[in-house]
Amino acid sequence: MLNSDLKLAKNIFDTPDMAPTRDGFGTGLVEAGEKDSRVVAVCADLAESTRILAFKEKFPDRYIEAGVAEQNLATVASGLANYGKIPFIASYATFSPGRNNEQIRTTVSINNVPVKIVGSHAGVSVGPDGATHQALEDIALMRVQPRMTVLYPCDREQARKATLAAAEHQGPVYLRLAREKTPIMTTAQTSFEFGKAQLMWQPKDRRKKPDVVVFATGPLLYNALIAARDLEEKLAVVVINIHTIKPLDAATVVQWAKKAGAVVTVEEHQVAGGLGGAIAEVLASQAPVPVEFIGVHDQFGQSGEPAELIAHYHMDAPSIIDAITKVKARKAK
Amino acid sequence: MPLGEDKVLEIQNKARAIRETIIEMLVAAGSGHTAGPLGMADIFATFYFHILNHEPHNPEWEERDRLILSNGHIVPVRYAAMAHAGYFPVAECLTLRKFGSRLQGHPERTKLPGLETTSGPLGSGLGQAAGIAYGARMDRKRFRTYVVMSDGEQDAGNTWEAAMFAGNNKLHNLTAVIDRNNIQINGMTEQVMPLENLRGKYEAFNWHVLEVDGHNIKQFCDAIEEAKAIYEKPTVIIAHTIPGKGIKEIEFDYTWHGKPPTKEEAKKFLHELRTLGGKVKSEHQ
Repeated sequence: MLNSDLKLAKNIFDTPDMAPTRDGFGTGLVEAGEKDSRVVAVCADLAESTRILAFKEKFPDRYIEAGVAEQNLATVASGLANYGKIPFIASYATFSPGRNNEQIRTTVSINNVPVKIVGSHAGVSVGPDGATHQALEDIALMRVQPRMTVLYPCDREQARKATLAAAEHQGPVYLRLAREKTPIMTTAQTSFEFGKAQLMWQPKDRRKKPDVVVFATGPLLYNALIAARDLEEKLAVVVINIHTIKPLDAATVVQWAKKAGAVVTVEEHQVAGGLGGAIAEVLASQAPVPVEFIGVHDQFGQSGEPAELIAHYHMDAPSIIDAITKVKARKAK
Repeated sequence: MPLGEDKVLEIQNKARAIRETIIEMLVAAGSGHTAGPLGMADIFATFYFHILNHEPHNPEWEERDRLILSNGHIVPVRYAAMAHAGYFPVAECLTLRKFGSRLQGHPERTKLPGLETTSGPLGSGLGQAAGIAYGARMDRKRFRTYVVMSDGEQDAGNTWEAAMFAGNNKLHNLTAVIDRNNIQINGMTEQVMPLENLRGKYEAFNWHVLEVDGHNIKQFCDAIEEAKAIYEKPTVIIAHTIPGKGIKEIEFDYTWHGKPPTKEEAKKFLHELRTLGGKVKSEHQ
């Protein structure tokens, strides 16, 4: 059952409200700008689709256009942050942090300045634009940089809170967003704590030892919840929302992995270097248990409708159910 | 500020001291770049002993002029200039490139106060300087932002993205200096990847362009003053320099780009610097 402590949306399982996470970033950035005059926005010719447009309209003097120049997007932001501003830079994740990775490494991370990198249009759910625009490597790229924080909110509301948290955080942050409308699971009352995983779903009988724990990140968390609900009568499943991939809430991950003895990870990203990789790194040393990985396995995306692609790459709810069943069977008897 | 003969002489003496320190630190380090730092000694001496509005004992002073070094590999000249200006003891220069040193092989902002940025990978200094200048202008700050670039890094796309950005935004509080020494690692710039017409390129990007002899301190200062008077555009000063300037054996030789002198060579070079090429007797002999 859903964790009532989190005050989640009431309509999650019937007709959830739908909105893209990038919308939450758009409103969150305006709020962050109202709170702190040091917040500025820099964009690489994608103001509308990254939703940075609302900030531009509200604070025209604090909006800076970089043009189609992502390397300079990063370096100009580095300079702004170095001077004392809190710059949010927005583009598609394939371009930033994709194209400008070295600039981010040198002038943001090694330089240790508080640039907030916002990568929109992450994952295959970008849809018809095809592989070139479907970022599947960005978490891996950002996760390996020392000093970088990596956030991947699950819905519009969480993206808003993550944006506010990013503005307040002292160091560099990567915020991963999606293009497509996805179910809104959290509410304004749902807490959001940097680096703290959220228990979303647990067996009705809380004392019951869980069969499997699912660690999910981003909007695909919804598919994990659907899978857990559908299995409710058969299996005791726990679903944890990993909205902060770095720093990973290792204590919570290890605690639940030990309790359940079997793990499934869920992400719309390459499993290698993504959440799957991050969880496996922790478990290998602290709680070695069987793991099944939902995500993209060393492939590029392609054109298609979002739902069609999610199913094709085995990231839909039925695939998660299969993974849960499989990993349960792998558990040492 | 007009530059008197005495001041020019003082800066020249500082430049010579900086060159000596560069040779000493490179020998101690056993690796690093020689030609570039020597070639920029006059310009860095002029920055630290005349142009910059700064407080060596208070490197984070908010109103200081910012000097960004984009081509981080010539950082020995900056370390030497900073040390002679009083940022840290000159003796610390001998820790260059050593384990635990604040003087990293390529400059790191977080290690040593006063460096302003982290650099080394080429082509990213102009954008950072433009970001600082943009932020400063938003807040109506009076300080100026300077950025030193190599000519080799004019090959990099990021340089031109930043040039376009600064030109478009008319960042008149930004002055760039290009070390036009015509060499890069693989050879002469005009053979590796021709840059000319460099003046025309910057003019086309809405920059005010000046060209000076990078070893003529008065000329360089005049250009810096002219840049302050230009309110419509950023200014770039193309400073024609001689790589390895001050040591005849190194001058113009691109093979000295990325190697340090040996102990024997250093002895000879230091003698050359201390005797003004044999013209005077040195007390160090």
